[in-house]
Amino acid sequence: MIEAFDLGLVLLILGLAVWTLVARDTFAAVAGFVAYGLLLALAWVRLRGIDVALTEAALGTGLTGAMLIGAATRLRRTEGQARKQHPGLVIRVLAGLLAACVTVALAVAVLALPDPAPTLAHETAENMAATGVGNPITAVLLAFRSMDTLLEAIVVLFALVGVWSLAPDSLWGGRPGRRHRVDPDGILAYLARILPPIGIIVGTYIFWIGADSPGGKFQGATLLAAMWLLVVMAGLADTPRTVSTVLRVALVAGPLIFIGVGAYGAAVAGAFLGFPDGLAKLLIKLVEWALFPSLALTLALIVAGAPERRRPE
Amino acid sequence: MSAALDLFTCVSVSAGAFFFLAGTVGLLRFPDPFTRLHALTKADNLGLGLVVLGLLPRVHSLSGGLKLVLIWLLALLAGAVASQLIANAAWSRRSGK
Repeated sequence: MIEAFDLGLVLLILGLAVWTLVARDTFAAVAGFVAYGLLLALAWVRLRGIDVALTEAALGTGLTGAMLIGAATRLRRTEGQARKQHPGLVIRVLAGLLAACVTVALAVAVLALPDPAPTLAHETAENMAATGVGNPITAVLLAFRSMDTLLEAIVVLFALVGVWSLAPDSLWGGRPGRRHRVDPDGILAYLARILPPIGIIVGTYIFWIGADSPGGKFQGATLLAAMWLLVVMAGLADTPRTVSTVLRVALVAGPLIFIGVGAYGAAVAGAFLGFPDGLAKLLIKLVEWALFPSLALTLALIVAGAPERRRPE
Repeated sequence: MSAALDLFTCVSVSAGAFFFLAGTVGLLRFPDPFTRLHALTKADNLGLGLVVLGLLPRVHSLSGGLKLVLIWLLALLAGAVASQLIANAAWSRRSGK
């Protein structure tokens, strides 16, 4: 019975993936992509990767979906024109060949994996007690492979710098995104008043519980970012100016504290990001608490986009 | 007692699945955005509600049950807001023509 469910899920995911690729309308393709991401999250649940499922649902589907919808809306004006320009047969054949090569290479790589797959799960389980956290994913992300997490946080920050860099010189430093004017008594404003208290609690809960159960700062921060974006889209608040010093300090505070903890480890424990005995859990908590608000802000501003409003003189 | 609860779960979840099916058929078959929204809300409100109701006897803790009910309430809220927004957009597009 459960095999039938899994088989149906796989077929649905594959079908939706193909449909998303061949859909002519950008907006329809985005809708397909969002549904595809949610089904993928379900597949991760079936594989017992609850942490990955949460990340896929929040970041891979929710936040990315919101960005893609924004992009699709902007492309709508020029879409008809772009569709008229058919690439030549040679280009299409070459693109098809390239895509086929990538697919074949991926398939070969997957089939060539050693069986059973090499794993560090035993070492992780044995050494988890030293970190003081109960969720193995968190232990790996913040103790055993904390360098990866640090670089991830910095990459997200670089992504925001990239988004801001799209602003023309004259608009640099202004408020990101359009000013949303919505009926203040309308249904969207109503939702933006009702939902954020619930969303903030759920987001903080997912972050808080990440130490011992599936969850964590990325997933929680995404929820917080979504709540703030909802308030902005309902016209109840506005995005901050990107020249704001307070904003920039808040953005880099998380990664900077992370680097500071790493340097402390270098001085005390003999390795960058090495945690001295007994202090591991405290330092992990410190890094998590520092990254959480910075990440929420960074993710929200990435979706909000580049500055595109003239500053009032 | 447990057999009765199992039967309750089966009946309730099946009824919920039926409403999802009916809502999907309506979404595909109905002629305009407003009637399609009407069909969709049946799936969201009644379908999900019945599925949650059917799963309630199977939760192990009070907080688990409360979370299930909260998910249903949030889906209701999101569904109601999204339907209004879509209907508004469809209405103003139609009046604009």
